[in-house]
Amino acid sequence: MKTINQFKMRLQAKSTNESFARASVGAFIAQLDPTIEEISDIKTAVSEAVTNCIIHAYKEFSGDIYITVKIFENNKVKIVIRDKGCGIDDINKAMEPLYTTGGAERAGLGFAVMQSFCDKLRVISKVGKGTTVSLFKEIKSK
Amino acid sequence: MECKLNIENDILTAELDGEIDHHTAKDIREQIDLEIEMQNPKTLVLDFSDITFMDSSGIGLIMGRYKKIKQSGGKVKIKNPSPNTFRVLKLAGMDRLAKIEREE
Ligand SMILES: Nc1ncnc2c1ncn2[C@@H]1O[C@H](COP(=O)(O)OP(=O)(O)O)[C@@H](O)[C@H]1O
Ligand SMILES: [Mg+2]
Repeated sequence: MKTINQFKMRLQAKSTNESFARASVGAFIAQLDPTIEEISDIKTAVSEAVTNCIIHAYKEFSGDIYITVKIFENNKVKIVIRDKGCGIDDINKAMEPLYTTGGAERAGLGFAVMQSFCDKLRVISKVGKGTTVSLFKEIKSK
Repeated sequence: MECKLNIENDILTAELDGEIDHHTAKDIREQIDLEIEMQNPKTLVLDFSDITFMDSSGIGLIMGRYKKIKQSGGKVKIKNPSPNTFRVLKLAGMDRLAKIEREE
């Protein structure tokens, strides 16, 4: 697939950056003329992935979050959110709805939200190296 | 993010404004919990009329308050979520735990 446009950013894993990250990705996608619902789906999924980097990946030490957004032909979008944090030992278990290692205030639904609000979700992780979450969505436009 | 609290007839209403994510949830949680502990309300109404964004951190926030107020026999109502927020609530099955009210 041919890449038509691309956006990359690297930001510190701080909770104040959660809103900035999802708003930036949303603003970049806006060129595809998405519906309000599509923009909201993407912002919600990005917010989940970025939040996971902040609260889980970099729980013990601080680091950066790497976000790449690619727009392909046919209005297809791929968003990659990568961290160099602790990694996930058992991805299947982590992706189960309600599973969380984050304590009482976490719902354990981040992956479920990403899955349901995107067309496809891919997670690659290595303990001690980090995690890469790829979100795929086709913008049907108005 | 703003959280206006108001208590009347054992009903604690939290009027929320802005975006609910992991960053903003902490402050809202602390404010609501303090009020629940002081006032011991029978019902907690979360007014979402002015909420423009919510992810699963909002579900954690609602679940936590639900568990807290349920201990003393109370309940939670969610008022006026946007269509997008409603989809997150629905995905989490919140409509089975709390009454979701929509008005124009
Ligand atoms: N980037 C990440 N790095 C390390 N662990 C992660 C990461 N993302 C998710 N996890 C693990 O997967 C679990 C489930 O994530 P999620 O579905 O988003 O729920 P929650 O964030 O509420 O815990 C987390 O509790 C954590 O153990
Ligand atoms: Mg999460």
